Amino acid sequence: MAAGVGKTYRMLQEGRLAIEEGRDVVIGYLEPHERPETAALARGIEEVPHLKAEHGGLELNEMDVDAVVRRAPELALIDELAHTNAPGMRNEKRYQDIEEVLDAGIDVISTVNVQHLESLNDEIAELTGVRVRETFPDRIIDEADEVVLVDLTPEALQERLRAGKIYKPERAEAALLNFFRSENLSRLRELALREVAEDVESRRKHAVLDPLSQQAIAERVLALVEPQPKSQRIMRRAWRSSERLGAQIDAMWVRKPGHELTKEEQVSLAALRRLAVVLGAHFLEEEGDDFVATVRRVAYERGTTYIFVGTPDESRRREIFGGSLLSRMVRELPGIDIRVVANRADRPEAAE
Amino acid sequence: MRGLRRPRPTAREGAPRILVPFSGSLDQSVLDAAIRIAKAEDAVLVPAYLLVVPLRYDEDSPLREQVKVAMPLLEAVELAGLRAGVPVDARIEKGRTLTHALKRLWEEESFDRIVAPAPAPGREGFTPKELAWLLANSPSETVVLKPAA
Repeated sequence: MAAGVGKTYRMLQEGRLAIEEGRDVVIGYLEPHERPETAALARGIEEVPHLKAEHGGLELNEMDVDAVVRRAPELALIDELAHTNAPGMRNEKRYQDIEEVLDAGIDVISTVNVQHLESLNDEIAELTGVRVRETFPDRIIDEADEVVLVDLTPEALQERLRAGKIYKPERAEAALLNFFRSENLSRLRELALREVAEDVESRRKHAVLDPLSQQAIAERVLALVEPQPKSQRIMRRAWRSSERLGAQIDAMWVRKPGHELTKEEQVSLAALRRLAVVLGAHFLEEEGDDFVATVRRVAYERGTTYIFVGTPDESRRREIFGGSLLSRMVRELPGIDIRVVANRADRPEAAE
Repeated sequence: MRGLRRPRPTAREGAPRILVPFSGSLDQSVLDAAIRIAKAEDAVLVPAYLLVVPLRYDEDSPLREQVKVAMPLLEAVELAGLRAGVPVDARIEKGRTLTHALKRLWEEESFDRIVAPAPAPGREGFTPKELAWLLANSPSETVVLKPAA
């Protein structure tokens, strides 16, 4: 939206999160704003040394694109996407540097103010009376995997400015009278919100969870899984039904006491846990000798109304046909629907 | 006419695993080819739908809208594999980008071969850059299949 809203801070927060997730992250370039909170957040994140350039008697720092590419991190944090490089640099603009970094297979998080968008240049000039010279093409935003709005009310931004958190006090006063006037900031905020709303709309197919759907309602689904490939299918079917029912979903593996997981089972179990996270399901691992008794206990504890269970293994077939497992479930879980998830490929086809 | 039931394909112990990563959609010709390769190698087919977690959401956020697209696709892929007699072990993996999701999957599981759809104009999935990354970083032999025109 504008300088001082906290873009760099947010970028560094994302970088820190990525580091916690085990990703290899470096700072490709951080604008030296002399903001203590920002500096504190950057501390400890590896920063690729800058290139020094001289222009008009001033020593300027620029991002060293080659050094970032050579360092080959997974993610580079590169501040100020719309920046114009010092004369003599390979690229005129930082967004061109960023494109080179992306081409090298490195993910990038960058920052930019809305007024630098090329297509908004005239509109910004008209609204604020200020012609922004550093612009970048709209396609950069279109090509981004994601655009995150860092929003702040004009009042809060002006407060930050007065408190010296953006510029030094002598510069802050002038800024408040010029670009940082309330009406300017309101217009910029409106533009930023509109741009991001349009971006979100265009990416709707990638939109995520509506929090309301998480609210507990009457139905609750329990998928009974095992560390086997077929359990992925059980979870998928259970999830689809939970969506139709608007229900919360649990997944549970009843582990026999002393059961040692094979390597394949470990992989399958880990994959089921990851799937549960994506589906918003709660994954439970319960130990029990008596499968049905364990299911019964958990189902009543969690208010389950609908149970999904896989088709029995060959080894269990006799037991099932003997009326053991499923009929016990039906008998011992009154008031709960039970669905046996079939393998659709087992469906007989007509022979010619 | 009479009903026939196929024997259910099961993976033999230590069977090779063939990863088919995709996102958005999977071209039928790519799927058919992946199934043929899996069948020829007596391998387990691992179709993996890759999800991108937007930065504004926590990494552990459920991704309902994307999952809605992934689920029927994975069902269809699994059914095609099983009907062809190939054992299938489907996955959904997430990350901040498609390549991040792929990397995570590689870190969790090993694969003997990767069959990836090539980028195609107007289709979702890997971009040329992502595919180049995949080829440069893949831990296994990688086959890139061009979707049917």
